[in-house]
Amino acid sequence: MAKPTFAMYWAASCGGCEISLLNVGELILDVDAAFDVVFWPCVADFKYQDVEGYPDGYIDLCLFNGAIRNSENEELAHLLRRKSKTLVAFGSCAYEGCAPGLANLTTNAATIRTVYTDSLTTDESRTQVPRPVTQVPEGEIHIPVLYETVRPLDQVVPVDYIIPGCPPEARQIAAVLRAVLTGMPLPAPGGTIIGAGNVALCEECPLAKNVKQITRFYRPYEIVPDPGICLLEQGLVCMGPATRSGCGALCPQVGMRCEGCYGPLDGQDQGARMLAAVASVVAAGGSHIDEHAQAQEIAAVMDTLVDPAGTFYRFSLAHSLLRRARVADNSA
Amino acid sequence: MENEFQPIIVGFLCNWCSYRAADLAGTARVHYAPTMRPIRVMCTARVEPEFVLKALREGADGVLIAGCHPGECHYVEGNIKALRRFTLLKAMLRQFGVEDERVQLVWAAASEGKQLAEAVDRMTEQLRALGPLRWRQRVLGEQPVARHALEVEVGAD
Repeated sequence: MAKPTFAMYWAASCGGCEISLLNVGELILDVDAAFDVVFWPCVADFKYQDVEGYPDGYIDLCLFNGAIRNSENEELAHLLRRKSKTLVAFGSCAYEGCAPGLANLTTNAATIRTVYTDSLTTDESRTQVPRPVTQVPEGEIHIPVLYETVRPLDQVVPVDYIIPGCPPEARQIAAVLRAVLTGMPLPAPGGTIIGAGNVALCEECPLAKNVKQITRFYRPYEIVPDPGICLLEQGLVCMGPATRSGCGALCPQVGMRCEGCYGPLDGQDQGARMLAAVASVVAAGGSHIDEHAQAQEIAAVMDTLVDPAGTFYRFSLAHSLLRRARVADNSA
Repeated sequence: MENEFQPIIVGFLCNWCSYRAADLAGTARVHYAPTMRPIRVMCTARVEPEFVLKALREGADGVLIAGCHPGECHYVEGNIKALRRFTLLKAMLRQFGVEDERVQLVWAAASEGKQLAEAVDRMTEQLRALGPLRWRQRVLGEQPVARHALEVEVGAD
């Protein structure tokens, strides 16, 4: 009997998901023994034409990481959906846009200006900006077109499973791979989240939690937090209350606030939930002062939270209720 | 007048004061813009930021949250919690390109029907000046199903 086939692809991502998969350790040898790798640009030399040549549904398990940001990403999403029996949105980019999705707060023009024009360079003599079409003596060269809005995989094609995390924890990946290898039944597909918990991160965080009274917000570099005490209480915007568990609260335990990479809980908007959680416990605007002073006092504390959209939606912006910012030139 | 843009305002009104203020404005036959779709909530603190974002995404041009004056909350300080959330929500919405006038928080006691009506009138004028939001259509580039149906309905009147 032929071995089941395995593919992994990266779209708009950093490559960390690949490394995280290899972090499962010796289990990767079992994966290699059990599966026939038929497409995996990071580790094996297959061409897009090879995939196009496979019959539909040829790939048994396809882990797709990365967001859909350009025409190449989108083409491969459709291609791999067609060729795969089980398509998994692997990691935060494919699930909810992740850091590439933050580009949705601005325009392509502004992003390109920052990267190619405004940033410091060792070569001041020329400015080069990528062009979709370039004329060379041999003919025309095309590169993929950058889209105005970054989309998660499930906004482009139907996804069977989602493994959240930036990157997904090796322990969680291993659990899923073991289940697949031993033929254990997975939950019903249809964008189902696997390899993660079902409660807020705070539930698995061992830091001591007392009554929360935030008098001002701090960015991580501004203070050294007291060990053993909830970071949110200390004014760090720890995303624990609005984030799915599953990682084991690794970051808060070493004094780094949770940035929210496992995404929201079922049916929630991560940023809105975090905003609600954090704003109502701000210790400002007591009822003993008049309305005007009250509003000012509250505004002063909120001003210490730099970049609320980028903080609350660092990973989930492209998958949130609003999905992107409204800018002058994205009106249809 | 016929062609004037009628903004859609989703109004979250506190059960204990502003919803009664709206009632009072009605029984007192105060004339004001028919732009607000009132939704009764038990307290302004019940209005989660998600409600506001969803209203904006699904076709509202603005969201009005109205509750008791500070110090008069039925639940002691629910309105202060709402004010804290609202302050931060506005800062965040600015990053999303949503103007301050589109999401407003006003205090209106049960006796202040006229003040609530004035707030709706004022907000309607501000939204007319800003123009329609139409998030799904103009920001996400989707077809305006809900809004379109609504416009047909209104146009038939």
